[in-house]
Amino acid sequence: MTGMDSLFLIFAVITLISAFLVVTTKNLFHAALWLIMTLFGVAAIYVLLNAFYLAVIQVIVYIGAIAILMIFAIMLTQRVMNPSGRIFNKNWIIAALLGAFMFIGLVIISMQTGASKTTLPQISGQLDTVSELGQALVSPNAYVIPFEVASVLLLAALIGAIFVSRKR
Amino acid sequence: MDNNWLYIGLFFLVAPLIPALAILAPLFLAPKKPNKIKSQIYECGIETYGETWIQFKVQYYIFALIFLVFDIETVFLYPWAVAYNSLPLFAVFEGVLFIIILLAGLVYVWRKGDLEWV
Repeated sequence: MTGMDSLFLIFAVITLISAFLVVTTKNLFHAALWLIMTLFGVAAIYVLLNAFYLAVIQVIVYIGAIAILMIFAIMLTQRVMNPSGRIFNKNWIIAALLGAFMFIGLVIISMQTGASKTTLPQISGQLDTVSELGQALVSPNAYVIPFEVASVLLLAALIGAIFVSRKR
Repeated sequence: MDNNWLYIGLFFLVAPLIPALAILAPLFLAPKKPNKIKSQIYECGIETYGETWIQFKVQYYIFALIFLVFDIETVFLYPWAVAYNSLPLFAVFEGVLFIIILLAGLVYVWRKGDLEWV
């Protein structure tokens, strides 16, 4: 087992344990904190996969913004210190079975199609994919239209979200 | 894997140690003579009242929503900024246009008074 493998194992275990605690912790606020730990574990796995840009985005957007949004939502909707009601409803056995079947099915399919044996194509050159992405985003031959449309989309999302959540 | 990430990993190991030291050191060093006033919860020197786990104002959520949108803006601007030195002037203005369009959103929430803390 190489160093990378053991690093992957450590982060995978951290991710799985905290993901398990997200769904089993009774206090919603603590569940949100465990969710941050889970997202961090996923970010570390992105780094191990050399997907540096995704890792940075995971930290900036998911841990930095979405987790905060969730915590604020929890703090303003629930009586956080006295959680009432059960965590699991009566359908949890069916849901667990269905999830297990889905997992087994995915494993079988990926083994049959040989997805685990396929070697991934090498990325050309050095680890400057972020710079290449930046050039592609604003180059007229590549993604400049989606880039500008994305800003309009974000603008619409901002105005829409504010309009819906405003007091009337 | 780049070695720089090992440094970041090192920070994650060292960072919890510093507050842990700050919390644990007084356990061994400080003399303990507690009384009722001393063991009160300390909050800016003002006596605490009510519960700590209160319901937040909805405005926190609205601020978080606005923050989220501008956070996703960085997803696009981050590669643009990394490639900044090798971009033609036209591409730089593309990024500026991107910022200006989103600035309209900021002006909107500002003018509508959603940034006022009430």
